[in-house]
Amino acid sequence: MSQINRSAQQLLAPIISNKKVGQYHQIIVNVGDLASNCKPGNFVAINVGGDTSSMILRRAFAISRVSVSATFGGTMELIVAPHGQGSKWLCAQGEGVVLDIVAPLGTAFGIPTEAVSVLLVGGGYGSAPLFGLAEVLNARGCRVDMLLGASTASKIYAPMEGKRAVNSIRIYTEDGTMGQMGRVTDPIPEIINDLDVAVVYSCGPMAMLSAITKITDSLSVVHQCAVEEAMACGIGVCMTCVLPVRNDDGSVAMLRSCIDGPVMDGSKVQWSQVGQQL
Amino acid sequence: MESGWAAAMSSLDFSTTIGNTWFPAPTFTASGCASSGRELAQFFPLRDMGGVVTKSVMSKVRNGRPTPRMAETPSGMLNSIGLQGPGIDAFIAKDIPYLVEQKARIIVSIAGETAEEYSTLARKLRTVSGISAIEVNISCPNVENRGLVFACDPEASRRVIDGVRRTIGGELPIIAKLSPDVTDLVSIARGVVDAGADGLALINTVLGMVINVDTMRPHLGGKTGGLSGPAIRPIAVRAVYQVHAALPNVPILGMGGVSSGKDALEMILAGASGVSIGTASFGNPTAIMKIQNELKQLLLDRGFTSLKQAIGYAHRPESENIHE
Repeated sequence: MSQINRSAQQLLAPIISNKKVGQYHQIIVNVGDLASNCKPGNFVAINVGGDTSSMILRRAFAISRVSVSATFGGTMELIVAPHGQGSKWLCAQGEGVVLDIVAPLGTAFGIPTEAVSVLLVGGGYGSAPLFGLAEVLNARGCRVDMLLGASTASKIYAPMEGKRAVNSIRIYTEDGTMGQMGRVTDPIPEIINDLDVAVVYSCGPMAMLSAITKITDSLSVVHQCAVEEAMACGIGVCMTCVLPVRNDDGSVAMLRSCIDGPVMDGSKVQWSQVGQQL
Repeated sequence: MESGWAAAMSSLDFSTTIGNTWFPAPTFTASGCASSGRELAQFFPLRDMGGVVTKSVMSKVRNGRPTPRMAETPSGMLNSIGLQGPGIDAFIAKDIPYLVEQKARIIVSIAGETAEEYSTLARKLRTVSGISAIEVNISCPNVENRGLVFACDPEASRRVIDGVRRTIGGELPIIAKLSPDVTDLVSIARGVVDAGADGLALINTVLGMVINVDTMRPHLGGKTGGLSGPAIRPIAVRAVYQVHAALPNVPILGMGGVSSGKDALEMILAGASGVSIGTASFGNPTAIMKIQNELKQLLLDRGFTSLKQAIGYAHRPESENIHE
C-alpha cells in the first residue's frame, strides 16, 4: 500500500508577495525544494491567526501554481478569497511574514498520456488551480479550452498570464456583468461534441461539479473534479471531510476528500447523497 | 547545547506504566484523532511516542454520520463523525500489522452498541499479538441514541467493563474511556475500576451544538457534536484531579485540549500517568513530538528525575517539595 501523505512536509515558509486581484488575494510563498513535489490539484494546509489565536485548525487552500525562479527558488502561489476569519487573517499578512504550512497534500489531477483535447471548467476562484493545470496539459501537447463562471464579474478569477496556455477562454456570469449571461455548464455538451473533448477537469462549488457530472455521465468523457469539503486536519486523521463515493463493487463508502481527494472521479461521487445518512 | 540536552535527557526517566504495561514515554494519540496511525507516520516515526491509541473500532463497517461533521469554535471544535470505521476484522487484518511493522505500541480502542458487542470485540482481540492495552470507549457522544452512552450510567458502564474483563482474562490492561458529561464522575470511575478496569481515559469530548444563523438550523449533520480542543482543557484537568484524588492508584490517561508541554504537565500534576493528544494533531501533525520534548524539559526544569515523581504532584500539601 502506498504511504498516505507521502510527499507532505511541514515547513516555515515566508510570504514573498501579497497582492489584491479583484475580490481575491494572490499570495506567493517561498517553499524551496518543496515546490517540485507539488502537482496541479494538490493543496496546502496553513496555520492561521498566529501563536495566540483561538483558531486552532489549519485552513486548506488549493495550490494554484508553483514555479522555480533564480531570485526566490521554489515558490507557491495561492489565490485566497477573504471569506472567513482564517482567510481574512491570511490575506492581511504582508511580505516577510512566515507561515507554518503543510504541503503538498491530497490527490492531483491525472494528466493524459496522449495529446487529447481537454476542457477546464472553473467556478469562482476555483479557476485558480486550473491555470497551473493548463500549463502542464499544454506542455503535454493537449488542446486546452477553458470555461469560467461566477455569479458576477468581480468573482471571476482570470489572470492575463494564465491565458497563454489555453486555446480559448469563455466566461459566464449569472448577472451578465462579464462575458455571456448564463451558467458555465450551459455550453459544455456542445464543446465536448465540437472539440472531441476526452477529459473535463473542474474545480468550483459542489453544485457545479454535480451538474458537470450529469452531463459527462451520458457521454464517454472522463470528469476529474476537485471537491471542496470542510476539513479540520487536511491529513486524513479527523474524518470530517468525507464524501459518498461508489466503490468498484457498487457499494458506497464515505471517503476523505483530503487524502482520497480533492481530485476525484466525478462519475463515482454520489452527489445526491452528499449530506445524507448512508 | 547539544551535548547538554542529551545529558539532561539521559537523567530523566520518562517512562510510565498503565496496568502491567510499560511505555517508554507518556505521550499517546487520542482515540478518533489519529485514525490508525498511518497518516501521521509521514511526519514522525510512530515508535517515537508512547503509543498509538487507534480510532474506536466496532464489529462491522460503519459509515458514520452525514456531513457537515465539523464546526470550529473558539479554541476548539465540534465533531460529529459517528464512529465511521472499517469494522474489527479489516482492522485486525490491515491496521494492526502495519503498526506492528512500525514498532509502535498499540492501544486498541473498541466501541459497541451493546455490552455484548464489546465482549465480542474483546474476544477477537484476545489472540492478536502486538497489542499493549485495550481502551473501552463507553463515552462516544456521536451515537444516534444518547441512551447508548454507557458512561452516563454507572450500571451500564460496569456491565460493559465486566463483560470485557471476563472475555479478555487478565492478559491485557483495560482502559475505560469516560465522559465528563455526568453528575458524579468519581462514582462512575469507581464502578468501572471495581468491574475490572486497570486504567481510565479522561475525558471524551463534551457534548455541544452550533446553530448556523444563516440557515437558522443546527450546523452539524448530526445536530450535536463533541467539543474538543483547548476550550475543554480545564474540564479535563478537573476530571483527572477529582478522580485521582479518589482513586490514587488507578492510572489515568489524561486528555482534553493538550497542545503544549505545559498542558501535558498540568495533566500529569493533576494525576495523569500519561497524556493523549487529539485535536492538537489536527492543527499540527508534529504536535505530539513537540509536546513530548517540551514536557521532558519542563520536568527537568522542576528538578524531577522521573515522570512518575510528577504524577499527582498537585495533590501534595504545599509544604512538600520534590526532594523530600
